[in-house]
Amino acid sequence: MTEVPLTKDTAPTADALVVLDNVNKHFGALHVLQDIDLTVARGEVVVVIGPSGSGKSTLCRTINRLETVDSGSVAIDGKPLPEEGRELARLRADVGMVFQSFNLFAHKTVLENVTLGQIKVRRTDKKAAEEKARKLLDRVGVGAQADKYPAQLSGGQQQRVAIARALAMDPKVMLFDEPTSALDPEMINEVLEVMQQLARDGMTMVVVTHEMGFARSAANRVVFMADGRIVEEAEPEQFFSNPRSDRAKDFLSKILHH
Amino acid sequence: MNVLLDNLALFREGFIGTVELTAASALLAMVLGVTIAGCRVSPVPPLRIFGTAWVTLLRNTPLTLLFLVAFFVIPEILFPGINSFLLAVLACGFYTSSFVCEAVRSGVNTVPLGQAEAARSLGMTFLQSMRMIVLPQATRTVVPPLSSIFIALTKNTAVAGAFDNVDLFNIAKVLSNDGYDILMIFFWITLAYLVITFTISGLFRLLERRLEVAR
Repeated sequence: MTEVPLTKDTAPTADALVVLDNVNKHFGALHVLQDIDLTVARGEVVVVIGPSGSGKSTLCRTINRLETVDSGSVAIDGKPLPEEGRELARLRADVGMVFQSFNLFAHKTVLENVTLGQIKVRRTDKKAAEEKARKLLDRVGVGAQADKYPAQLSGGQQQRVAIARALAMDPKVMLFDEPTSALDPEMINEVLEVMQQLARDGMTMVVVTHEMGFARSAANRVVFMADGRIVEEAEPEQFFSNPRSDRAKDFLSKILHH
Repeated sequence: MNVLLDNLALFREGFIGTVELTAASALLAMVLGVTIAGCRVSPVPPLRIFGTAWVTLLRNTPLTLLFLVAFFVIPEILFPGINSFLLAVLACGFYTSSFVCEAVRSGVNTVPLGQAEAARSLGMTFLQSMRMIVLPQATRTVVPPLSSIFIALTKNTAVAGAFDNVDLFNIAKVLSNDGYDILMIFFWITLAYLVITFTISGLFRLLERRLEVAR
């Protein structure tokens, strides 16, 4: 296996929005994140790919501290993530998160799902929050479902609501943790299209996915992870046509040719 | 001569005593139980330890022992002259709170972790996510065991009767001393307890049905 020297990011520039510095994490004996350095610039779309169990989801979840790290630091917009508490809650409000299993609030309507954070966290008044929620729901194409409960929606619709819910907080960065992995094939595209549009609008995004088409077309940079390490980082065109590491070649050969 | 008709006023007093003690203790147990459950699932280790200690201590202590502490230790050391009803509420409420806590915690555990994660991702604090996201969804699962807990509480309040708090069990003692037939006394007392416990299970069944529709 060839070791590809990673171009280490120099001192974080003013434009660096998310900075992970030498992050390590263990799940018991499993060293799930090993010396992770990653900088995401404002407006950049970073797609994280790799075999399952490689630590991509964990990496994504450390960025808003849903997973704590054992060592190293995570900073968002220049501020290191604080301990659990009010301070962290405030920082999380600026980081949108979209989950594999949607995680819409099951006892709230679609509209309430999108207004709740605005009203309770941002202290927006109810009317303005609803207006904004309806605009966002229209934008992701589920405006007609506003008064339904999540269980009454298809998976693709639920995930689009989840995206709207995250966007309602005006996040600085959006994290997507395998947003299409729990979807039926015919619903994947409707979600990817919304994400494509977001990327075009200049949203900073970190996307963990198995959708190579999305990585190719929307990413500014592909980060390839295996066994808890970032093995390779490159522009999508270069990564898919000419991967440098054997691990990436092996991975791509398995998923692209059949 | 009829023990019930002869002593209607006394029966009423005992019945009201039991209802009041049950209601006040249930209220205290609910407030404490939910709070302690919150401690037990909180991200703050000292709070978790406190919650676990609370439940372990109170759940495993015999209720009679708690009453002994409440009636003979607390007035001596902490609050001299406190009335027996309040002491009984404290003993029953604290004891029952440990069971309520565990019922609430089991309900919290049925709510998928992702719900709390989504709430936290939106920037909600732990208290906000508990209050607005987790507990409302836990309610449905918590209602059936709570019904059992409060029925048990109703019957447990009889211990207070033995400590001179006026309730159904207490008046049974009084009437038996007055020379009435013990079987007839217990018949009417039991009936009175059944009225209370059936009311509780009825109310909770109603609540359960209401919550079923709400989703």
